[in-house]
Amino acid sequence: MIQADLTGTSGPAQRLGRISLRDRIDMYVVAARQAVMEQLQYRAANIMFMVHVLIEPVIYLVVWSTIARSQGGEIGGYTAAQFAGYYIIWTLVRQFNLTLGPYAFNWRIKEGRLAAELLRPVHPIQVDLGYYLGYKIPQTLYWLPMGVILWLLFKPEINPDWWQVLVFPVALLMAFFVRFCFMWVLGLVCFWTEKVDALFELYFATELLFSGRLVPLEVMPAWAQTISGFLPFQWTFYFPIEVLLGRVGLAEFGWGLLAQIAWVAGGYALIMLVWKRAIKRFTAVGS
Amino acid sequence: MIRGLKLFGLFSRISILNEMQYRANFFLQLFQSSLTLTTGLVVIGVVFSYTQTLGGWSHAELLGIYGVFYLLGGVMGTVIIPNIWAFMDDVREGRLDFTLTKPEDAQLLISVRQFAVWRLVEVILGTIVLVVAITELGMQASWWLAFAFGSTLVMGAVILYSIMLMACTLAFWFIRVWELMEMLQSIYQAGRWPVGIYPEWLRMGLTYLIPVAFAVTVPAEALTGRLTPEMLGITFLFTVALAFISRKVWFFGLKHYSGASA
Repeated sequence: MIQADLTGTSGPAQRLGRISLRDRIDMYVVAARQAVMEQLQYRAANIMFMVHVLIEPVIYLVVWSTIARSQGGEIGGYTAAQFAGYYIIWTLVRQFNLTLGPYAFNWRIKEGRLAAELLRPVHPIQVDLGYYLGYKIPQTLYWLPMGVILWLLFKPEINPDWWQVLVFPVALLMAFFVRFCFMWVLGLVCFWTEKVDALFELYFATELLFSGRLVPLEVMPAWAQTISGFLPFQWTFYFPIEVLLGRVGLAEFGWGLLAQIAWVAGGYALIMLVWKRAIKRFTAVGS
Repeated sequence: MIRGLKLFGLFSRISILNEMQYRANFFLQLFQSSLTLTTGLVVIGVVFSYTQTLGGWSHAELLGIYGVFYLLGGVMGTVIIPNIWAFMDDVREGRLDFTLTKPEDAQLLISVRQFAVWRLVEVILGTIVLVVAITELGMQASWWLAFAFGSTLVMGAVILYSIMLMACTLAFWFIRVWELMEMLQSIYQAGRWPVGIYPEWLRMGLTYLIPVAFAVTVPAEALTGRLTPEMLGITFLFTVALAFISRKVWFFGLKHYSGASA
């Protein structure tokens, strides 16, 4: 269990150094278990949430496979059945890249939760990380029956090699880390202003168009594909989906993984940089 | 009815006066709404870069659907959803008792208290999209068309309200119905495309279970001259029935409400 460092007077970032690796792993496990417990408690709510998550790709799937069928069976290199495959894998990727949203971040500052979290001897991001990793377990469980139903309903076509199946979990997990980092960066903006909705919406709209969330990037116009190259988003949706679809070669996968690692490193550096400034601005009432 | 409208007017005026203190919010809302509108239009643009028609609907006709979808979304955001949220909060926080003890009809009261005036931006933007669609369609204006479109649009709003009311009535039993509302709002998203393109099982669900088809596609059909008088009649009967059922469900829920203070 975590030993609270009550004597420490330095900020959380400095205190981090005093925690041993074993304690930190314990902490991840506790946070993860908490996520699992919470999620299994509200089963009906979770099923409704799942429908809420699933309806989006089902709409895209229907629209694009309808177009593919009407255009002689294929557009942008995808047949109707491949579109089905794309969007069914999409649902699993979505389960995995779900993370602490910036709205929740705003809420925890506003409600004063952050003040309490700062008193812990670990950086809040560590707790979030453990929590959202654990969150993947019930989410995957809830996803399984939905995935099967979608599979039966839409009869997708996916043909990955054995190695693509093996590396898919890596791409999936990295997709989560990339999205986790950038959502956290976005959340940090709440330290400066409360009027964040417009910024968040802009971010989500950009993500929608340039991540492959809306439609495979090949189907987007050329200019959009060029822009995607400069943004982290395609590594959170498009890349892992394409891996399991069997459309990514070995070399391409290697580069993709490097890109994911680079974006995680960049995102994490950005978090640390902004965090130092953010935490100086933070004042909590009542502490 | 008149009393209801008066109450609605009064509450709206208070809400508007309240919101007028925060005029910057107007520009934020304008930015956000323009953003979602643009995203939607980009998507339609990408779709029509590959095809001439989608499920038998041309670009201009699809703009018509999108305009209706966006406009009704704005109506929901302005009056329906804020009231539903306030109601669910009241149930959870135990404030509903104060509403129930008032002499006015409780369903009316919980339905008119909030008015998110800035969300009207979406109604305006939706109307602009509709005007563009109508111009592009080059339809011959007629009284029948205006009547069919206007009345189905109103029915669409009533249908959406009834569905939301029934869903939030569940708060009497479950308290936490946040996910249910989220689910309904995302199902509404299916309405931005003609329901005809969806597979049979989904189309049935969108027609009878969560009647997005009646709410959005039917007005768009009226706009593009596809609506037959019979269909207009069916939609009318459906709307009346749904409004009636939702009121019954509301009363049934009220009967099961034990109150927070009693």
